[in-house]
Amino acid sequence: MSMQRKMTTLGRIFHTGTINFMRNISLAVAAMAVMVVTLTILLFSLITNATFENTIAQITDKISVSAYLLDTTTDDQAKNLVKELEKNPAVSHVTYLDKAHALQSYIKQNKDNQSLVTAAAEAGNPIPATIQVYPRDLNEVGNIKTALTTPGNVKLQTPGSPSYNGDRKQAIDSITHATNVLRRIGIVTVIVFAIICALIIFNTIQMAIFNRRDEITIMRLLGASTNYIRGPFIVESAIYGLLSAVFSILIINSAFLASSNALQASSLGLLDINYASQYFNTHFWQLLTVQIAIGILIGTVSSVIATRRYLKFKTK
Amino acid sequence: MILLDRVTKTYGKTKDDATPSLDRISIHVEPKEFVIVVGQSGAGKTTLLKLLTREERPTSGKIIIGGIDYDKLKDKDIPLLRRKIGVVFQDFKLLPNKNVFENVAFALEIVGVSNREIKHTVPKVLDIVNLKGKEKRMPRELSGGERQRVAIARAIVRQPRILIADEPTGNLDPKHAWDVIKVLEKINRYGTTVLLTTHNEEIVNKLKRRVITIHGGKVASDRANAKYKA
Repeated sequence: MSMQRKMTTLGRIFHTGTINFMRNISLAVAAMAVMVVTLTILLFSLITNATFENTIAQITDKISVSAYLLDTTTDDQAKNLVKELEKNPAVSHVTYLDKAHALQSYIKQNKDNQSLVTAAAEAGNPIPATIQVYPRDLNEVGNIKTALTTPGNVKLQTPGSPSYNGDRKQAIDSITHATNVLRRIGIVTVIVFAIICALIIFNTIQMAIFNRRDEITIMRLLGASTNYIRGPFIVESAIYGLLSAVFSILIINSAFLASSNALQASSLGLLDINYASQYFNTHFWQLLTVQIAIGILIGTVSSVIATRRYLKFKTK
Repeated sequence: MILLDRVTKTYGKTKDDATPSLDRISIHVEPKEFVIVVGQSGAGKTTLLKLLTREERPTSGKIIIGGIDYDKLKDKDIPLLRRKIGVVFQDFKLLPNKNVFENVAFALEIVGVSNREIKHTVPKVLDIVNLKGKEKRMPRELSGGERQRVAIARAIVRQPRILIADEPTGNLDPKHAWDVIKVLEKINRYGTTVLLTTHNEEIVNKLKRRVITIHGGKVASDRANAKYKA
C-alpha cells in the first residue's frame, strides 16, 4: 500500500473511531466515569506527594547540627574543620560564626528577652564560636554527628557539642513515614482502579463489537485488514482516556478554586494547600500530559486485548 | 483462474459424526467464463463459496484462485485475497446506516482509495448496475432487486477479476431476479469471471451457460449450455 493510501486509511480509522465514540456515548459514560475517578486519584496522589516532599524539604532545610567550639580552638583549626565538613558527602552546606558573630546572632535571636542579653553581655561573651552543619537529607544527621565526634574533632568542642534538635527530627521522621504510607496507598489505589477501569472498558468494547458484528462481518468479507477493523475501537477507547484526563484535571482545578475561595486556608493538617495549588498551576501541562498519556494507555491496552479476544481473525 | 482439486470439507470433530459437505470435488473455471453452480439446499453450494472466499478451510484438497495457492495463504493475507474477489450475497449484506453511494464507496474506503477517486468511480459503477440517481437512497428505501444491484456495484467497484454471486436472486421476484442476472451478464461481457450459484431453474435454462450440478457434496454433472430441472 502506498504512503498516501496508508495516510488516507489512518485518517479514516480516526474518523470512524470518533463517529463510533459519539454513537456509543451511552455505553462510554460508565467507562469514562471510572476512568475519571482513577485519573483523579492519580492526580491527587501526585500533587499530595509533591506537597509532602516540599514540606519535608522545608523542614530539612531548617535542621542543622551545631558544633560549639572551645575558646581555645584557633580560627585556623575552626576553618580546617569547616573545610573538612564541606567535603563530607552527607553535608549540604556549612556556616561558621566566630565568637563575636555568635554573640550578635544570640542577641538578635533573643532581642525580646532583654535580661538574657544583658546577662550575656555582662559575662563577657560566653557564647562559643559555632559551626552549623546542614545535612543533605535527614538520614545523614547521624553521619554528620559521627564526623564531628572523631577524637581529633571532639577536643576542639565544648562538652555538650555537637547537638541537634532531636524533636524536630522525630517530627520529620513521622512526616516521612506518613508520606511513604500515603504514597503506597496512592499507588495501590491507582492500580486497583486502573484494573477496574480496564475491565469496564474491556466490557464496553466487547459490547461495541457485539453491536457492530454485522458491520464487522461485512468489512471482513470485503477484505478490510485486521487493523482497519480494530483501529476504530482502539481510537474510541483512546478518546475515553483523553476526555477522562481532561475531566479529571478540571475536577482538581475546581477543587483548588473552591478551597481557595471557601477556606482561604494555607494548610489542611499536613497538606499545604497553597503549595499544592501552586504546584498544580506551575506543573499544569506536565500533569495534563501524564493524565492523558495514562488515560490513553489504559484505554488502548484494554481495547487491544478486547479486540484480540473478540474479533476472531482465524478461519476455521 | 479457479481451480479446485479433490477438495473435501468435513464438519464435525470425531470420525463418527463427521459429515462431508463437499466430497473430493474438482472444478476448473477459465478466465472470463460465466459458470452456474446448481444444486438443492444442502447440496454444498454455500460451502463451496465459503471455501473460495476463505471463510473456511478445506479439510483436504487444493484450491488455487487467480494464481493464489490457498495452502500457502496466511491468515494475515486473507484480506488481500478478498480484495481480488467480488462477492454478492443472497441477503445483500448492505450497511443499513449508509446510503447507496456510501455502501459502494465503503469497499473502496477500506483499501485506502482517496475520496477524489471514490467520487469519480462510484457513479460510474452505479450507472453499470442501473442505479443512477439513487445515490442518496438508504437501503430500506430500495426494492430487493435494487438492493442486490447495490451489492453487485459494491462487489465490482474494485474491478475484481472474479465475481462470486451466492444465490443473488434467492430473495427476489422473477422480474427483479432477471434484472440482477442481466447486470451479471453485462459484467461478464466486460471480462470478469462470474461464478453464480442458484437453484432457480428458469434462470439457469434461460442463460444457456456452463452448468455444474452439485449433489450430495459431489459434482454430479458439468456441462456447457446445460438444462436444469430443480
